Amino acid sequence: MQFSSRTKKFTTNSQTELYSHPLLFYVQPPLENISLMEFETFAVERLKLLKTIENLGVSYVKLSDQYIKKLEAESKALNFLYRPEADDRKPLSGPTEQEKRRKDHISHFILRLAYCQTEDLRRWFIQQEVDLFRYRFNDLYPKQKLEFLHRNNLQYDTISVEEKKALHDKLVNSSYAFSGITVEDQDFYKVPFQDALDLVRLRKVYLKAGYVYIPHQEIVTIVLNDFRTRLSKALALTARSLPAVHSDERLQPLLNHLSHAYVGQDYSNQKNVGKISLEQIDSLSGKSFPLCMRQIHQSLRENHHLRHGGRMQYGLFLKGIGLSLEQALQFWRSEFIKGKVDADKSGSALGGVLHEAGSLVCDWHREKMGGSDAEREACRRKGDFDKAYAYSVRHMFGKEGKRTDYTPYSCMKVILSNAPSQGDHHGCPFRHSNPELLKQKLQVYKVSPSGIIQILELIKGMHYQLACQKYFELTHNVEEASFSLNHPNQYFIESQKVLAGGRDIKRETDAPQKPQENSTKAPSAAPEAAANTQDVAEMTEELDSFFQDA
Amino acid sequence: MPASDYDSACLPDILPLYYRRLFPFSQYYRWLNYGGVQKNYFQNREFSFTLKDDIYVRYQSFTTQNELEKEMQKMNPYKIDIGAIYSHRPNQHNTVKSGTFQALEKELVFDIDMTDYDDVRSCCSAAEICPKCWTLMTIAIRVLDRALRDDFGFQHLLWVYSGRRGVHCWVCDEAARKLSVAARSAVAEYLSLVKGGDETMKKVVLSDPIHPFIKESLVVVERYFPLYALQDQDILGRKESVDKHLHVRKQLQQDFQNEKKPENRWNLLKDQAKRKQATSKKGQYFEKEIMLQYCYPRLDVNVSKGVNHLLKSPFSVHPKTGRISVPIDLKELETFDPFAVPTINMICEELDRPRTVEEEEKSEETNDKDNEKDAAESRKIRDYKRTSLAKYVKCFDQFLDVMARSWKGELLKKSDLQKDF
Repeated sequence: MQFSSRTKKFTTNSQTELYSHPLLFYVQPPLENISLMEFETFAVERLKLLKTIENLGVSYVKLSDQYIKKLEAESKALNFLYRPEADDRKPLSGPTEQEKRRKDHISHFILRLAYCQTEDLRRWFIQQEVDLFRYRFNDLYPKQKLEFLHRNNLQYDTISVEEKKALHDKLVNSSYAFSGITVEDQDFYKVPFQDALDLVRLRKVYLKAGYVYIPHQEIVTIVLNDFRTRLSKALALTARSLPAVHSDERLQPLLNHLSHAYVGQDYSNQKNVGKISLEQIDSLSGKSFPLCMRQIHQSLRENHHLRHGGRMQYGLFLKGIGLSLEQALQFWRSEFIKGKVDADKSGSALGGVLHEAGSLVCDWHREKMGGSDAEREACRRKGDFDKAYAYSVRHMFGKEGKRTDYTPYSCMKVILSNAPSQGDHHGCPFRHSNPELLKQKLQVYKVSPSGIIQILELIKGMHYQLACQKYFELTHNVEEASFSLNHPNQYFIESQKVLAGGRDIKRETDAPQKPQENSTKAPSAAPEAAANTQDVAEMTEELDSFFQDA
Repeated sequence: MPASDYDSACLPDILPLYYRRLFPFSQYYRWLNYGGVQKNYFQNREFSFTLKDDIYVRYQSFTTQNELEKEMQKMNPYKIDIGAIYSHRPNQHNTVKSGTFQALEKELVFDIDMTDYDDVRSCCSAAEICPKCWTLMTIAIRVLDRALRDDFGFQHLLWVYSGRRGVHCWVCDEAARKLSVAARSAVAEYLSLVKGGDETMKKVVLSDPIHPFIKESLVVVERYFPLYALQDQDILGRKESVDKHLHVRKQLQQDFQNEKKPENRWNLLKDQAKRKQATSKKGQYFEKEIMLQYCYPRLDVNVSKGVNHLLKSPFSVHPKTGRISVPIDLKELETFDPFAVPTINMICEELDRPRTVEEEEKSEETNDKDNEKDAAESRKIRDYKRTSLAKYVKCFDQFLDVMARSWKGELLKKSDLQKDF
C-alpha cells in the first residue's frame, strides 16, 4: 500500500473562511488532497466518536449534564472538541481549532462513503450525526447560532425583547406548548412560513405578515430536520457514485473495514444462554438456520472438521443462538473426537489433515498456542482437543487473551470479508457458491422450482440478503418476511418465532429486553418488509417521519 | 331586469361581439405578463377553452396579446380557464421529452362555493343564491382577505365573482406564485376551520388556547352573525335547526319556550356557555363554535393545492347565467349585489345604444388625436367604457396599478444586476 504524503493546502483564504464557524452543515465536500494515513485516521476517529454517541444516547438522556460531560470528554480525547471561540491561538499541545474543524469536515465526508451503501448503515449514520449536530448546536453561543443559521441560508432572526413583549399574548395563545414563562425565557425566531409548513398547517404557531414566530426549542427541531433531510438525500446521491469510489483499490478495503465496525444488533447478548441443548442442533439446523450455517453444520457433521474461517463464523453463530461456553466446548470436542477416529481409520486422511494444519490458523492462534503448526496437528492426532482448539473456542467467548466478547458475524461481514477459498464451507452461499451448485443444494432442501428461480434472480442482481430472505420465506411458508435480514442470528430468531406459531409477531416485544438494540432495532420495526425494494425517496421520507423525536 | 333576458342559446351570436369589442384584452395581458419581469411568463401560461357543444381544449398558449385576441375571436370560447405557467409552451407540450414538461408557478387561488354551505342555509340550496345567503360570501371575503394579508403577508389579492354561486380569490404576489404544493395545502389547512361531511353534526371544535387567527376571524364573524344567522336564517327560531344543529340542551329548550326573540335566545345560549366556562372545559366555546359553523368560510382545499389546477378566468362569461365574472371592489363589498352584475347580453345591448351627445363630442376630440392605427384600439377601449362593464374594468386597473409598482422594483433590480457585467 502506498502512502503518499502530499498534503496540498487549499487556498488559505477560502479554508479559513470555510472553517471560521465551528459548526458545519456539510454542504460542500472538501476539495483537497490528503494522505491515506490521514484519510484513515480521520475516519476511524470520527467513527469512534459516533459510536460513543450511540452508546451515550442509550444510557443517558440526550443533552443531560452527564451526557454532555461524557461526550465532551470523548470529543476532546479524539481531537474533535470545538471551542466556541474561533481563535487560532496555538494550543499548548495538540491540533489547532482550524485543524480540528478541518478534520470534522473531512471525516464526515469519508464516513458518508462508507455508510451510504445500505439502508441500515444510512439509518445509523444519520441518527448519530443528527445527535452529534444537536449536541454541538446546543453548545453554541446564541450569536453563533444566528450566524450559523444565516450562513446556511436559513433566514431566521430573533425578535427583540420589545417585540416579544408586544406580541406576548398572541404568542402564548398560539400554541399549547407556549406558556407565559416559555415566552419570557426563550428567544423567539422569525421564520418565513414556507420553512415551517407543518407548524402552519396545524396552526400551532403565531403567524404574522408571512413570518412564523418560533421559540428556540422549536428552531432546533426545524434545523435538525433540515439537517436530517439534507444528509439523507446526500447519502442517496453518494451511493450512486460509489462504484467509482470502490474502483480505487486503496480506498475500498478501508471503506469496507469502516462500515463493518458498525453493524447494529450484536446478537452477542447472553440472555438466551442455555436455552438450546446440543441434541437440538441437528434439527434446528434444518429448520431455523440460515443457509450458510446449515451448510457449515452439515459439512462439520460430514467431515468432523472445520477450518478456521468456518469455525469462527459458525462458532460465534452458535454462541449467538444461546450455546454456553461449556456446551460449545462439548460440541466441538465431540466433533473433534469423531474426526480423530476417522483420521485414525484412514491413513490417507492424515495427509489432508496435515495440509490443512499448515493453513488458515491465524497468527495469534499460533502465538498463543505456542509451538508450530505441526506440533498442533500432532496434538490433534493425539486427540488433545484442549491444545488444539479449546483455546480458540474459549477465545470466542472472551475467556482468553484480549477477553473481548466476540460478536457473531453479520450478513455483511460474511458476504464481504469472509470469502471462502478452496476447501472452505463458510461464507454466504448466495454470494460465494456457484449458482449451479446452489441450485442443486436448494433442490435437495426441497425449495420449489419457482422459488429457486426467484432466488437466482436476486443473486444475479447481487441482492444476497434478499435471496436469503426469500429462502426464509419459502422454507417457512411465509408470504413476506416481516423483517429485513441482515444477520444470521436474526434469521434464527425470526425462524423460531414463526415456528412457535405466531406470524407477524411485533418486533417491539423484543426491543425492551435488549437496551443497546433500542436505538437500532426500533427503526426497523416499521412494518414494511424488504425495504430494499422501496424507492429511496420513500425510504428517506419514512425515516424522516419516524425520526421526528428531537 | 336584463338577466331574465338571458338565454344561453344566444351565446354563439353574442360571444363574438363580446370578444371583439368588450373583453379587456390589454388589461388582461398586462396582468398575466406581470410586467415582463420573468421571461416567457405569458408564453408558457396554460389556458383552456370550452367551446360550443362542450368541446374542451387544454394546453392553449399564446405568444403575444395580439395572438391571444385573434385566437379567442376565432374560437369564441364559452368558458375560459387559466392554468399554470409551465416549463415549456403548453401548446408544444407534446414535443417535449416526457417528464420534463412541468407546471412551475401559478397564483394561489381559493374557490368559495355556496353549495358547500347547504347544511347551514335555509333560504336556498344547490345553485341558488339570494341576498340572504349572499352574506356568507361577504363574510368569507372579509375573513380570508384579512388572514391572507395580515397573517401571510400577501398584498395583491384579486377577488372575483364566479358568475353564479360563489367567489374566487387570486393571490398574485410573486411569493404566492412560487409556492409549492405542500405550501399551498398548508395555507389552505391553516385557513380551514369547518371540517366534516354530512355525517358530522359538530363541524367546528375549539379548544384552549384559542389561536389569534381564530380570534380575529371571530371578530369578523360576530359582526355579521346577528343579521345573518339570527335574523335572516332564523336559526334559533326554526325548530329543525334548533334541534338538529344546535344540540340545545334540555334546560335551554325550556328557556326557549318562554323566549321567542332570536336575539334573546342567543343571549341565553351565550350565558349558558359562560357558565360552562367557569365550571368545566367542555362546552365553554359552544357559542363560538356555532357562529363559526354557520358563518366561517368553507374552502375546497383541492382547488388551492394544485399548482396545475385550472380556474375560471376573470371576465369570462358564465354560460348558465350569462353573467360576467367580474372583480369585486372590496371598498364596496357591503353593497355588492350579485344580481346587479352585468350579463353578456346586457352589455352588448348597451353597446348598441345610440351614443349620447356627450359621447359624440368626446369621440370627435379624441379622433383627431388618434392616428389610424390606434383608432380601432381606442374605439374598443371606449366601447367597454360605454357599458356597465366599465366600473369593473376600472377596479381591475386599480388592482394592476398597485401590482405594477412592485414589478418596477423588480425590473430595476434586474437591470442593475446586468450592469455589473
